[in-house]
Amino acid sequence: MTLERHKYDVLVIGAGGAGLRAAVEAREAGLSVAIICKSLFGKAHTVMAEGGAAASMGNVNDNDNWMVHFRDTMRGGKFLNHYRMAELHAKEAPDRIWELETWGALFDRTKEGKISQRNFGGHEYPRLAHVGDRTGLELIRTMQQKIVQLQQADGREFGDMESKIKVFAECTITEILKENGKISGAYGYWRETGSEILFEAPAIVIATGGVGKTFKITSNSWEGTGDGHALALKAGANLVDMEFLQFHPTGMVWPPSVRGILVTESVRGEGGILTNNQGERFMFKYIPDVFKKQYADNEAEADRWYEDQDNNRRPPELLPRDEVARAINTEVKAGRGTEHGGVFLDVSKRIPAEVIKKRLPSMWHQFYELAGVDITKEAMEVGPTCHYVMGGVEVDPDSAAAIGVPGLFAAGEVAGGMHGSNRLGGNSLTDLLVFGRRAGAGAAAYVKSSGANPVSDAAIKSAADRLEAPFSRTGGENSYSLHAELQEVTHNLVGIIRTRSEIEEAIAKIADIRARSKNVAVAGGRKFNPGFHLAFDLDNMLLVAESTAKSALLREESRGGHTREDFPGMNSTWRQVNHISSFDGNQVNVKAQPLPIIPKELFDLFDVHELEKYMTPAEIAKGGSN
Amino acid sequence: MSGVFSPTRAKIKERTLRTDKWWIEPLITFAVLISFVIYASFRAFENANYYIEPLISPFYSPCLSSACVEGSSLLGTPIGTIAIFGLVISPALFILIFPLGFRMTCYYYRKAYYRSFWMSPPACAVAEPHEKYTGETRFPLIFQNAHRWFFYAGLVFNVLLTVDAILAFKNAEGQWGHMSVGTLVLLANSILLWGYSASCHTCRHTLGGRLKHFSKHPIRYKLWTQASALNHYHQQFAWVSLFGVAFADIYVRAVASGAITNVYFF
Amino acid sequence: MARKLNLRIWRGDSTDGGLKDVQVDVNEGEVVLDVIHRVQATQMGDLAVRWNCKAGKCGSCSMEINGKPRLACMTQVASFDENETITVTPLRAFPIIKDLVTDVSFNYKKAMEIPAYEHPKDLAPGAARMEQIDVERSQEFRKCIECFLCQDVCHVVRDHEENKKSFAGPRFFIRIAELDMHPLDTLKNRKRKAQEEHGLGMCNITKCCTEVCPEHIRITDNAIIPMKERVVDIKYDPARMFSAILKREKRD
Ligand SMILES: Cc1cc2nc3c(=O)[nH]c(=O)nc-3n(C[C@H](O)[C@H](O)[C@H](O)COP(=O)(O)OP(=O)(O)OC[C@H]3O[C@@H](n4cnc5c(N)ncnc54)[C@H](O)[C@@H]3O)c2cc1C
Ligand code: SF4
Ligand code: SF4
Ligand code: FES
Ligand code: FES
Repeated sequence: MTLERHKYDVLVIGAGGAGLRAAVEAREAGLSVAIICKSLFGKAHTVMAEGGAAASMGNVNDNDNWMVHFRDTMRGGKFLNHYRMAELHAKEAPDRIWELETWGALFDRTKEGKISQRNFGGHEYPRLAHVGDRTGLELIRTMQQKIVQLQQADGREFGDMESKIKVFAECTITEILKENGKISGAYGYWRETGSEILFEAPAIVIATGGVGKTFKITSNSWEGTGDGHALALKAGANLVDMEFLQFHPTGMVWPPSVRGILVTESVRGEGGILTNNQGERFMFKYIPDVFKKQYADNEAEADRWYEDQDNNRRPPELLPRDEVARAINTEVKAGRGTEHGGVFLDVSKRIPAEVIKKRLPSMWHQFYELAGVDITKEAMEVGPTCHYVMGGVEVDPDSAAAIGVPGLFAAGEVAGGMHGSNRLGGNSLTDLLVFGRRAGAGAAAYVKSSGANPVSDAAIKSAADRLEAPFSRTGGENSYSLHAELQEVTHNLVGIIRTRSEIEEAIAKIADIRARSKNVAVAGGRKFNPGFHLAFDLDNMLLVAESTAKSALLREESRGGHTREDFPGMNSTWRQVNHISSFDGNQVNVKAQPLPIIPKELFDLFDVHELEKYMTPAEIAKGGSN
Repeated sequence: MSGVFSPTRAKIKERTLRTDKWWIEPLITFAVLISFVIYASFRAFENANYYIEPLISPFYSPCLSSACVEGSSLLGTPIGTIAIFGLVISPALFILIFPLGFRMTCYYYRKAYYRSFWMSPPACAVAEPHEKYTGETRFPLIFQNAHRWFFYAGLVFNVLLTVDAILAFKNAEGQWGHMSVGTLVLLANSILLWGYSASCHTCRHTLGGRLKHFSKHPIRYKLWTQASALNHYHQQFAWVSLFGVAFADIYVRAVASGAITNVYFF
Repeated sequence: MARKLNLRIWRGDSTDGGLKDVQVDVNEGEVVLDVIHRVQATQMGDLAVRWNCKAGKCGSCSMEINGKPRLACMTQVASFDENETITVTPLRAFPIIKDLVTDVSFNYKKAMEIPAYEHPKDLAPGAARMEQIDVERSQEFRKCIECFLCQDVCHVVRDHEENKKSFAGPRFFIRIAELDMHPLDTLKNRKRKAQEEHGLGMCNITKCCTEVCPEHIRITDNAIIPMKERVVDIKYDPARMFSAILKREKRD
C-alpha cells in the first residue's frame, strides 16, 4: 500500500479556537493550510466553553481598559505570567472579539446595541462577551464558517474549494518530523480506517488544547490527552510551568457518571451563592489578604454589589478559581459537604426562574436532564474538577514560535506562560484568538523566509514502525486499565493538594506505568478502534504527568494551581522562576529558569503596595527593567 | 433498494426499530380527517337543511347561487345556477372550495395528511413506502405555495361567518335582540376560525416575520410576538376549529330538519 | 446498586453487520453512553463510538436508540423500563463506517455550499450596533450543535439516497434562515437560492427534524416555514405578482 502524502505550507494541529484562528491568519497571508483534528470538525473542546470571552471593550462599564485587564490577569496568575503575553492579550482581545462580529458572530447585546459583557471571577469589571452560556460554540462555529467563507473564495478563484485550506477531521498526529533541526512535517493515522498519513510542511502550529484526561475527575473530553504537549517535548521544545493545573471549583458531583462535568462560573457571576451543609455561606472565611480590598466580607455588601458595583466590593464567590476550589475542598474535608461530597451552589433564591432559563439555558438543561435537578428551584451540588492546564509549550510571545525548534509554533491551551499560575475565567477564549492569530502570522512569516524542508524516508519509517508496534504484540497490557491506573495516581498524588512524599510516589508510579505501557497490545483491527487510539494517547498523557509531577516536586511553595501542604504559603523568591521541562528521549527533566523581568511601564501600572505582596524587596527597589 | 436499505447504510432489515406505538397518531389523524371529509361531502351534496332563519350553516354561507334557499344569500346570487348533466350543483361547492383550499394548504394540515394519508413519512424514523420523492417542488404540490392566497380568502370568510353569527342575534321572525343556542354555536365557530387564522404561519409572517429589523418596527414586532404565541398552538386551533365548523353545521342541520328546536335564551 | 442491563448493539461495517446482545452493569443515574463505554472497556475493546463532551454540547454521540435518533449522552437509562432491552444502532441515513460510527461528510459538504455571511463593506469592526430583539431569532439557530440528528431523521434523504444531491437538509435550512434574518448580512439572493439550489421545496414540513433536535430548536416553525413564506414573498405572493405584472420587473 502506498502512503498517503500531502504537502502544505502550514500545518495546524488542532481545530479548536486557537487552531482555527491560526489557520485563518495563515490562509489570509496567502499560504496553503491543512487543519488536522482528532474529532469531527467543530467538536473541539472550545465548543464546550460556556461563560464568555474576556476583552476590555468597556461596553458595560467604561472604566475598563487594557491596563485594568492586564492587572487582573497578572493578579489572577499571581505574577508568574509572562508579562508580554498578558500585555498582548489584554491589548488585542477587544479587536479579536469585534473581528468575530464581522465574520457573523451574534453576541448578546446591551441596551445600546453593543456587545454585552458579564462579570466573572477575578475580573474587576463586567468583561466577558458572551452568548447565553454557549460562548465557545459561537466562537468555534463563527470560525468554522469563516473558514468555509475562505474556501468558497478559493473555490471561485481556483475551482476547488479545498485547494488552499483543507480540514482533515478524525485524524491523529502521532509524530512531528524534523530534518536538519527544523520542522519538516508530521505523521499520523486516520481514526476511521487506521491507515497512515504523512504531511510535509515547513511550519506547524500546535493547537491541541489541554491535558485534563490525565486526571480522574475532569471537565475535559477524551481529546484532552496532552498530545501537543508531548509532541512538542519529543520534537525538542520545552514545556513551562507544568505544575500549574486549574481545578475548577464547580464541577458536577452527582450522579457519578457526570462527575466532573463543568458548571460554568457564570452561575456565580449571575448571583449564585455557595453554602455548606449547615447553610453557611462559607466563602467569607476564605478571602486571602491579597484580595481583601476587592472582596466583600459580609453578605449585605456582597448582595448590594449586584446592583451597585462602583460602591461595593464583590462577593467572595467570585474570587479566582484556585481560591474557591481550595475553599470547597477544605469544607468537604471538614465534613461540611453534601451527601455526595460537594457543596451547594444556588441561583434559585436570587434570580427569577425565567431569567435563569434565559441567561443559563444550557446549565438548566444539563442539570435537568442529567441530574434531575431543576436549578430554578433547587441548589446544585458541586465540587472541584480538573479543568485547565496553565503550563504548556514555551513560546516567544510575539510570534508564538516554540523556543528551540525552528518552524514549530504553539497557541491556545497548549502554550504556556500567558496565565501564570492560574487562569482567569474567560481569558482562555480570547487567548485562543489573540495567540492563534499571532501563531498563524508567525508561521506564515517563517514559511516565507525559510522555504520547504523535505521529509526523509528514515523519519517516515520510524514513525510508521511505532504505529504498527501495538498490533504485533499479543497478550500485553490493556490500554484502558493503564489509563485508569494513571488517573488514580495523578488524582490522588498530584491533585489539588500535594506533598513531597506523595509526589515522589507519583513519579515512581508514573515511571512504572510508562514501562508497562511499552507493552500495550491492541485487540481488533485498525478500523476505528478506540483501544488502538487510546494506546497512543496514553503515551502522551504519561509524558505530561511526568512533567507535572516533576515540576510540582521542585516548587516548594503554594501558588495558584499548585498547592503544597508542606509549603502552604506563597514565596516571592519562587515567583522569580519558571520550571522548564525538556525530554531527553528517555525521561522528562525539569530545571528552573529565571522569569523575564517586567518592564518599567508595566510595573508602574500597579500600586507598589500590591506588588510587595508578590515581589521581593530587591525587585521592588529595582522597579522593573528599563 | 434505496433509503435505509441502501447498500452503503448499516445493514438492518427492520423498517424501524422504534418500540413505541408510533402508528397510533397517524391512524387517529387518518380516521378523524376521513370522517370529516365523508361528512362534509355528504353535506355538500345534500343541498338541503342548511338555512333556517336566522341560522346558516358555515358550509353554505354566503350562499351564492340562485339555487340557494330564500334568505340564505347574504351577498346575492351572482353565480346563478350551474348544472351539469341536468344536476344542479350544490351551492356548498362554491363555498367549500375556499376553506378546503385554506386547510389543504395549511402548514399544519400538510404535516398531518402527508404523514397519515401519504405516509411520507408515517412517523419519524419509520421508512416510507415510496420509491421516489420530490416534495413540494413540482406539480401538483407546488401549489401549496398558494396558501397565502387562501389565507386572504379565509379572512373574507371569517368576516362573513362573523356576520352570520351577528345575524343570529335575531329571532326566527327577523327581529334583533335575541339569543339562542344557535347564536352561541355560530359565535364560537367564528371565534375559533379567527383563532385558526390568527395563529396561521402566513399571518405570523405577514405581521412581522418577514422583517429583518424588529427594532425599527416596534408595533409590528409586538404583533409578531403575539402571533407567534398563538402560532405555538396552531395545531390545536386547526383541530378545534375543524370540530367547530362540523358542529355548527350539524347543529344547523338538526334545527333546519326539525330534529331539534333552537332554544332561545331571550 | 448496579443492575444488569440487556443491550443490543449494532456491530459491523460497510460489508456486513448485525445486532449483538450483551449484558452490562448499569448504575443509578447513568446514560446510554456510560453503558456503551463500559461495554467498550470490559467486553468489546474495539467498539467504535463517537463522543466528546458527555453533556449534550458537542453533538458527537448521535445514534439511534430504540429506533429514535438521539444523543447517547443525554439519554438516561432510567427512562426505559427496568427489563426492557435497549437497542442502539448507528444513524441510518448515512453510510456506515464501523459499529456506531457513520460517515457524516454529507453534512460538511452541504455546509460548504451555503453562501457565507457577508458583512457590510463600510462597517468597521466594533462599529456594529444590533438590538437584542434583532439578533434573537438567529441566535436560536446558532444554538445548533451539529449533531445531525435532524439530517438523519429527515425522510427526504433518509428514505431517498438520490435526494442527497439536491437537498441541504434541516440543519442547513436553519443556517440559511439564520443568515437571512441576520441584522447585518448583506447577501441578497438567499431566498431564491434556498428554493432553487438547496431544496427548500423538498421539505414537506412533517416536522421530524424538530421532534429530534436536542437543542429544542423549532426548526420547522421558526426556520423552514418562515423561509418558505419568504420564498412566497418573492415568487408567489398575490400582491407582488400583481404589481410585478404591472411594473414588469423581477424582484429579489
Ligand atoms: C467545559 C469547559 C468550559 C470552559 N469555559 C470557558 C470559558 O467560559 N471561557 C474561557 O475563556 N475558557 C473556557 N474554557 C477553556 C477553554 O475552552 C479551552 O481552554 C480552550 O477551548 C482550548 O482551546 P484550544 O484551541 O487550545 O484547544 P481545543 O479546543 O481543546 O482543541 C484542540 C484540538 O486539537 C486537536 N488535537 C488534539 N490532539 C491532536 C492530535 N494528536 N492530532 C490531531 N489533532 C489533535 C483536537 O482534536 C482539537 O480539535 C472551558 C473549558 C471547558 C472544558
Ligand atoms: S420538516 Fe422538512 S426538513 Fe424537517 S424532517 Fe420533515 S421534511 Fe425534513
Ligand atoms: S438543528 Fe438540532 S438536530 Fe439539527 S444538527 Fe442542529 S442541534 Fe442537531
Ligand atoms: S392556516 Fe395553518 S399555517 Fe396557515
Ligand atoms: S458527547 Fe457531546 S453531545 Fe453527547
